[in-house]
Amino acid sequence: MGISAGAATSARGGATGTGRPGRAADGPAVEVVQLRKTYGDLVAVDDVSFSVAEGEIFGILGPNGAGKTTTVECITGLRQPDAGRVRVLGLDPQADGAELHEVVGVQLQSSELQGLLRVREILDLYQSFYRNPASADEVMEVLGLAAKRDARYKTLSGGQKQRLSIALALIGQPQVAVLDEMTTGLDPTARRGVWDFIEKVRDRGTTMILVTHFMDEAQRLCDRVMLIDHGRIAATGTPGQLAEQAGGGKRVTFVPDKPFDDDLLTGLPEISRVERHGSHVVVYGSGQLVNAVLKTLTVAGVTANDVELESATLEDAFVHLTGSHPREPDTTAEVPRP
Amino acid sequence: MNTMWSIRPARVPPRAAFGQLLRTEWLTMYRQRTSLAGVGLPAVLLVIFGFIPGFKTPTKSLGGLSPLDVYLPILVAMALMIIGLNSLPPVLAGYREAGILRRLSTTPLPPSWVLAAQLILNACLAVISIVIMVLLGVAVYGLRLPQNPGGFVIACIVSILAVFSLGLWIAAVARTARAASVIGGACFFPLLFFAGLWYPQQDMAPPLRDVSHFIPLGASVQALQNGMQGSFPPASSLLVLAGWALVAGFLAVRSFKWE
Repeated sequence: MGISAGAATSARGGATGTGRPGRAADGPAVEVVQLRKTYGDLVAVDDVSFSVAEGEIFGILGPNGAGKTTTVECITGLRQPDAGRVRVLGLDPQADGAELHEVVGVQLQSSELQGLLRVREILDLYQSFYRNPASADEVMEVLGLAAKRDARYKTLSGGQKQRLSIALALIGQPQVAVLDEMTTGLDPTARRGVWDFIEKVRDRGTTMILVTHFMDEAQRLCDRVMLIDHGRIAATGTPGQLAEQAGGGKRVTFVPDKPFDDDLLTGLPEISRVERHGSHVVVYGSGQLVNAVLKTLTVAGVTANDVELESATLEDAFVHLTGSHPREPDTTAEVPRP
Repeated sequence: MNTMWSIRPARVPPRAAFGQLLRTEWLTMYRQRTSLAGVGLPAVLLVIFGFIPGFKTPTKSLGGLSPLDVYLPILVAMALMIIGLNSLPPVLAGYREAGILRRLSTTPLPPSWVLAAQLILNACLAVISIVIMVLLGVAVYGLRLPQNPGGFVIACIVSILAVFSLGLWIAAVARTARAASVIGGACFFPLLFFAGLWYPQQDMAPPLRDVSHFIPLGASVQALQNGMQGSFPPASSLLVLAGWALVAGFLAVRSFKWE
């Protein structure tokens, strides 16, 4: 994670550069500076800056319509920014499209493929676009598509289509992969399989940008995340850092065997707040929270049952920073398609 | 740090990509069957016409030609229309509608290659269809081979260009595959009428015949007919076809969207 700090600094440093980039090989893999994109009156993305170091997995989180997809579309060359500077491996996605597409693999939200083609045929086709592709058999094996190799695309389930779409994004062994909602529509087992695969691809040195709605996914895979809301950056940092920003701290939940007065606990330095939800008591605080709570209760002759300790999560940060809930995947396009 | 990306990669995708693309587009076309109807349906009609009594005998009102002589170019034009106006546009509009072209635009493959592959495959189908019908006419019904082969080939080429340009234009303006089918379908009977499927041009009233010479399929039949019967196609028919090809092609290029 030391890489990320370095990348963040160099992004600021490179911000003033204009015109065609010198291909600084030690620069960040992806660099976005003051990106802005509007659709008519709607400001989809405003003043978004970040950079992604080589080999890093960078998460873009945010509520529906926050501008996540627009941001990655500007990175992959699908959309032209109104203002700002985007560089991917030193390439300008608008001017250097042909070179960019060689080295950047993309998974788009909601794009279909030729329904009458078989899985294997589609992989063979996409494989032929690249100079140094991965083995189609291996990719099918890892993503659980081997049994479906001869199935026509239109007969695949949503999850299978999704996995094929990930396979196509990575078949060219790209240096940078941009994956938009890659596990939406997958069952839990398939999601875990995809996560394992993504980690393997990262270990090979691929830089990845993930757009996701799943906080557990971001927490598990991402070295750093950026939370955007209404087109602007709400927070950037490691998942841990963001969780801390949400008020940080910990939460102990338990069921006491006999009633006790809240004042017993609120006086302790480790504790910030006590809530009661039915028979459950929820204690918020930090430091040696569990020890403090249990010791005090024991002294008072109260036994705590079903004790659970939770740390603040990325999800808490999401709710805290955006005021909305991350769980609904995008079912509609984020922005009107021009 | 990695310096891999300081090497500038070549801009054109591997040549094998176009081969793979032709293969998958062919598989789609073959599995879809609609394009193949462009080959089969007119040939079947030719066979049926061959069974109609008197269709092989020269007729005075047709300028001494047999009805079969007259219908062969009409059926050729029909084949071109089914391939170029009824099966090509929905495929391309559907690719755009489903986001297939958009998806491809994020790969090294230029999406225009898909267009090229489709045009090549459909042109091959058109040629196969023409060859089948001419050979069928010659071998089974005793028709003569095109008496002005050069003129016939030129007529075929400009006809294909005109019809395919119209097809591309439909694909450009239709937002969905369904809309492209509807537009192609709406053109079907009017164009066939002017091609002379119901009243061969020789039977049409003079004003109607003049109009038909300005309609793409009408001009096409006129040119093909001449090539079959031994004279070079009239310049007017070739110019009309070339004009349609240029105008429709220009409009198609101007309004075509990849997403």
